Amino acid sequence: MPVNADFQGRVYPPTETYRVSAAKIREFAEAVGSADPVHVDADAARARGYADVIAPPTFAVLIAQQCDGQLIRDPEAGIDFSRVVHGEQRFVHHRPLTAGDAVVGTLHVDTVREAGGHAMVTTRTELATEAGESVCTATSTIVLRGAE
Amino acid sequence: MSAQPSTPTATPVRSFSGVAVGDALPSMTVHVDRARLVQYAGASLDRNRIHWDEPFAKAVGLPDVIAHGMFTMGSAVTLVTDWAGDAGRVVEYGVRFTRPVVVPYDTGADIEVSGVVKSADPETRRVTVELTATAAGEKVLGRALAVAVLD
Repeated sequence: MPVNADFQGRVYPPTETYRVSAAKIREFAEAVGSADPVHVDADAARARGYADVIAPPTFAVLIAQQCDGQLIRDPEAGIDFSRVVHGEQRFVHHRPLTAGDAVVGTLHVDTVREAGGHAMVTTRTELATEAGESVCTATSTIVLRGAE
Repeated sequence: MSAQPSTPTATPVRSFSGVAVGDALPSMTVHVDRARLVQYAGASLDRNRIHWDEPFAKAVGLPDVIAHGMFTMGSAVTLVTDWAGDAGRVVEYGVRFTRPVVVPYDTGADIEVSGVVKSADPETRRVTVELTATAAGEKVLGRALAVAVLD
């Protein structure tokens, strides 16, 4: 199997803090074509009850993929990045990521399994503020293509 | 939509009472070209060469440059956030990436996105929308479900 099955159940230590900025939210919203003013106009966001501009629903991937990097770069995991394909992605938001949030991610390797010569790895990144408030759960399944 | 563009509360959040299972959301077409992929690569920090470097993509066995799956996922959900009236109302969103969106240099690609209300819970005012996204006639997302909390 092109990945070390012993990694199932592994939990990595929390990452360095990621500071969510209004500028990055704007850039991301423009890139995915989300025109909602809550991404760029702090007054509009406050009028909707948010503390500041909020991120689009898939923004969390930016932080989660950096967390996933801990597994993908781990030499003991044996993952060949050139054979990685993104299979599934899911987000559960406990509240929107907001400009000014200081977020840490904790990476969990939930399952490692084999199917048809390929390996599938499902990771879960729990994003929380430095103060410990849960913000988002991002779950990702990557497929590691076996040798043809 | 009736308020002035400068008014912060221009778009009201959609009311749950006006929504029924089976309702279709207004469909849309997302055009994606290489410039857009470079923009997304920078914004998302996903700089994998298969999303912008044609010789590299072909060398690793792809037909051409392909869009980031996360670009497709992120642009498709604007159908739901625009319909809900507030991007912060989408509390759950998941997809399977079933096929890549191939993005030729000269023409780019069009992703057709539509959505249907699959369930609506009056207790929580949570509405589940199933999204369909196709490119070149093929489904590019599978089991694409977004949950929005309405007013």
